[in-house]
Amino acid sequence: MTVTEIKGAFAHRDLLGIDGLSVSEITYLLNLSDNYVEQNRQIDKKTSVLRGRTQINLFFESSTRTQSSFELAGKRLGADVMNMAVKTSAVNKGETLLDTAVTLNAMNPDLLVVRHGDSGAVALLAQKMSCAVLNAGDGAHEHPTQALLDALSIRRRLGKLQGLRVAICGDITHSRVARSNLLLLNAMGAQVHLIGPQTLLPVGAEKLGARVFTDMREGLEGCDIVMMLRIQNERMEGALIPSVREYYRLYGLDREKLAYAKPDALVMHPGPMNRGVEIDSAVADDPERSLIRDQVEMGVAVRMAVLEALAANLPNNTGEAE
Amino acid sequence: MNCAFTNARLIDPANGLDETGNLIVENGKIFAIGKKAKAPSGVKTHDCKGMAILPGLVDMQVFTGEPGEEHRETLATASQAAAAGGVTTMITMPNTNPVIDDAALVDFISRRARDTAIVRVHPMAALTKGCDGHGMTEFGLLREAGAVAFTDGDRAVMNALTMRRALSYAGTFDALIVQHAMDQDLQSAGVMHESELATRLGLAGIPVAAETAIIDRDLRLVELTGARYHIALVSSAESVETVRAAKQKGLPVSCGVSATHLMLNQNDVENYRTFAKLSPPLRREEDRLALIAGVADGTIDVVVSGHNPQNEEAKRQPFAQAAYGTVGVETLLAGLLTLHHADGVALNRLLASVTARPAELLGLEGGTLSVGARADFAIADLEAPWVVDADSLRSKSQNAAIDKRKVQGQVLACYVDGEAVFEL
Repeated sequence: MTVTEIKGAFAHRDLLGIDGLSVSEITYLLNLSDNYVEQNRQIDKKTSVLRGRTQINLFFESSTRTQSSFELAGKRLGADVMNMAVKTSAVNKGETLLDTAVTLNAMNPDLLVVRHGDSGAVALLAQKMSCAVLNAGDGAHEHPTQALLDALSIRRRLGKLQGLRVAICGDITHSRVARSNLLLLNAMGAQVHLIGPQTLLPVGAEKLGARVFTDMREGLEGCDIVMMLRIQNERMEGALIPSVREYYRLYGLDREKLAYAKPDALVMHPGPMNRGVEIDSAVADDPERSLIRDQVEMGVAVRMAVLEALAANLPNNTGEAE
Repeated sequence: MNCAFTNARLIDPANGLDETGNLIVENGKIFAIGKKAKAPSGVKTHDCKGMAILPGLVDMQVFTGEPGEEHRETLATASQAAAAGGVTTMITMPNTNPVIDDAALVDFISRRARDTAIVRVHPMAALTKGCDGHGMTEFGLLREAGAVAFTDGDRAVMNALTMRRALSYAGTFDALIVQHAMDQDLQSAGVMHESELATRLGLAGIPVAAETAIIDRDLRLVELTGARYHIALVSSAESVETVRAAKQKGLPVSCGVSATHLMLNQNDVENYRTFAKLSPPLRREEDRLALIAGVADGTIDVVVSGHNPQNEEAKRQPFAQAAYGTVGVETLLAGLLTLHHADGVALNRLLASVTARPAELLGLEGGTLSVGARADFAIADLEAPWVVDADSLRSKSQNAAIDKRKVQGQVLACYVDGEAVFEL
């Protein structure tokens, strides 16, 4: 297999968000990921970059795809991977997040992957950890590896990010995916359109460097990429939108609405999809137009790249990563 | 004890006094004050060396943990913090465990305060039973027992009919009704000011309308009932404007603001700094400036500490789950003096907002250095700069939103009934 040498550096102990990353750091991670995409298509997918390392996946919110993607990434790099699912029910409210951090820290992990339902919770936990911490999603704040894998998917298909117009549609208010993507795409010179009903658009979104639309036709005009977000069940039925059928009619992505974007515009979705709610199957499954399967594949590669980059900065690194 | 405090800058907003002179205390009362006040012979004298003597502060909003959550704060520890801040009268909030909604519990607070606290304590009683927003409490009996006003503490009375009836019934006793103006439905899951910053942090916001909607509604009910109505804390420019207009109309309305809201804005919650998580939330810089202007022109009647001790565990949480509140009774005066120095707000007006005005609203003696008044006062260096260090504050909890901030103005001593309760 051909592995190109990647130049660059990543100078952070943790990956808590896209916020704070430089363009060169993002590019470095994407380049590193490209290599892993190739490696993951080989029969022998394993390396020993993380041999001897312990990776803990600590998920306070249930997740199938992100957790398995991180698990696979760690294992392919040779780490010992442990999954911990913590239910944040009232039952174990007794132990605070910081107690959990202190307990885990005593087990000397090298890499801690954390998902938590509260914005800022991963950063709080990282304060008490002496290992590298990866944010796998915190509340409505950030989900950096998702933004990186989305960027990688786009870059591999279109060859660039600079100058593209990307629409992000749906529940922007509650979406960490939207925030991380907005930050990353802005940093890389793409233009972002946020589209949704007013109840799902956060206050001050236009000040964060996006153009904001409530109408799909206007918002999708000239877009190279249409990124649909999952709409949570609890947001429906009158709370923030009156009904599924009205939402699908106004914001569900079907061929007709996709036609408002550029003729060859590509469709993305972070998954899991609600078919017939925010996206139509005909669009989601069209291999010409849909990047959704690519996103899953890129996810593993991006997470391998991030794990490698962070492991290289661990204080007790022996240089095996080189 | 009889004592003469000489060579002091005597400041008493209630009497428009600001002059250098002497303060003579006899039998715990102020015997004489002013440049001509002479110490009777044989009386102990204390040379103040030009430092200021102010009326003891009346802090109209202090949450303690007693009864029920004594690990946060007791009346005793709160009173020690108060004395160190020149606060000689604390008004305690009723949302304790149990809620202070019964005459016997008001009496309990008074007795505990008498036995353990080193400054005066006057409780506010609950406005509704259990502070649950429904049934009215016994205003008459609670007043007799010593409750100075009625409030549900950190919760608004959401039901308009309950509020109307409470205001109406309060009129019977000329009682003061105090509202925490925060519409719980509009607040929903909100934990900070609704803004671009909240969006960036991924935190649910509290719109200004959550405050103004309650104030607007209540002012209509005040018009209807004529009762005395006080908004515990305003946080926005819009609220200040609304209160200003209501006062021009002649409505019996007053309002307060916390010293923290006069010093900090929403940017202080950046990086999920839970110590600056307050209710109402810190808002925009323009709101902070409007609040200062409101204090300066008297639209905002009183400045309070909003002292709300929370232990470390309650604050070291993800932002959305962390407890609201900051300690502040010990830094109330320093905060105000800092505003005087930094923002040029008139000293007399600032001091009135923590002395004469709250005493007047609550119908309390005190808040003044008038001859014959109880000798509750503080000696302070109005200029001395210092840095707030949460760990060295006297409160049982160290959750200070203004930790590490530079302030100006230091309390040197504090007297209640002419007896020293604090000396630096």
